[in-house]
Amino acid sequence: MSRPKKSKTPQTKAASKTAAKATPAEIAAEGSASTILFAAAALLALVGLGDSIYLTVEKLAGVLPQCSYGGCEEVLNGPYSTIGPVPVSALGVLAYFAAFSLATLAAFGKRKLGDLLFYLVALMLAVSIFLFILQAYVIGHFCQFCLISAAMTVLLALIVAAERFYFRRRQ
Amino acid sequence: MKRYLPFIIIGGVLAVALGAGFTLYRSAKKPVTASETLADATPTPSLPPAGGPRVTPVSQTGTPAADNAHVRGPANAKITMEEYGDYQCPSCGVLFHELKKLEQEYGAQMRFVFRHFPLQGHKYALAAAHAAEAASQQGRFWEMHDLIYTNQANWANSSDARPIFIEYARNLGLDVDRFTRDLDDPAVTARVQADYQRGVAAHVEGTPTLFLNGRQLRPEAYTPEGLRMALDFMLGKKSQ
Repeated sequence: MSRPKKSKTPQTKAASKTAAKATPAEIAAEGSASTILFAAAALLALVGLGDSIYLTVEKLAGVLPQCSYGGCEEVLNGPYSTIGPVPVSALGVLAYFAAFSLATLAAFGKRKLGDLLFYLVALMLAVSIFLFILQAYVIGHFCQFCLISAAMTVLLALIVAAERFYFRRRQ
Repeated sequence: MKRYLPFIIIGGVLAVALGAGFTLYRSAKKPVTASETLADATPTPSLPPAGGPRVTPVSQTGTPAADNAHVRGPANAKITMEEYGDYQCPSCGVLFHELKKLEQEYGAQMRFVFRHFPLQGHKYALAAAHAAEAASQQGRFWEMHDLIYTNQANWANSSDARPIFIEYARNLGLDVDRFTRDLDDPAVTARVQADYQRGVAAHVEGTPTLFLNGRQLRPEAYTPEGLRMALDFMLGKKSQ
């Protein structure tokens, strides 16, 4: 995503300090970029949603995953796979669905919900980092489906951060 | 209309997510009919089934050295259930308790065979298999097998499992010096390897893998209901 070009109108040093605001054309371009980014965020959230639904269903169905060379079952059967009776992946389902809903609404113009999405994704990122550390240092095994979810969250965070700090800073 | 479009999209995704989740759950919960629990894969090189109405022809391929299998149950049982297991595999640990119940439930109708299939990803799986085989040298395989699975969480999460296995041998009243020597005995290593190679020849790719009268059971059937369904089917209790 390329950054919109700045106005070529010459500005004095004093004027440039006060004129942080963009021109209407720039605002329109940045608004369009935000829409695209929110739409991309919604698509990523959909992938994460599908991944967490799969993990949750497998857990709830109680089918014993075969142990293989990957070590996924160590993670999915381990003591950290649930919080009380609730699978951790079920929380992922809720989080991704909320992220999808917020991103969709933000893409359709409800820009204030983009702020809520930002905080939600920040929380999801924190949880993902925690779960990643848990897999790496405590459980000692990685689950590929959990890694897919973590990757989706990282990408979501990058997109939402880009939208907030880069494309929307002057609106 | 455009005003409601995002809500329509969100509602649509919610409906699809719920539908997909429900469908996946149903297919995972009741994956196969009784006959379908048995895969179409090549039959395992198994012990010859003892008899019964639904005996499946058994391939005699595989490593003959592993034929000296660990068998529990009557020789004339109608069903031979054979497990390729890894002592550190959590799923095998869960299945162990289920199989214990099934052995009691089906009694003389079923006999159980255990074969080693230690996976590289599990730090102590091979050591545990050696411990079971070392106990077997003194005629106490099944006692050690049960102890290892029952206490899986203890030794699997320890910094060194070997002293724990030696402690188990002491608790079982084994000759501990001999047991300790046997842990590294080439014959024990060869015995575990023979089982593993036999599993590879039978297309075992993970653990647990179960065979009923030489026919591989699909992993989706590794639930209490799925196993009972398959056993009943093999006993001819239920039709397809």
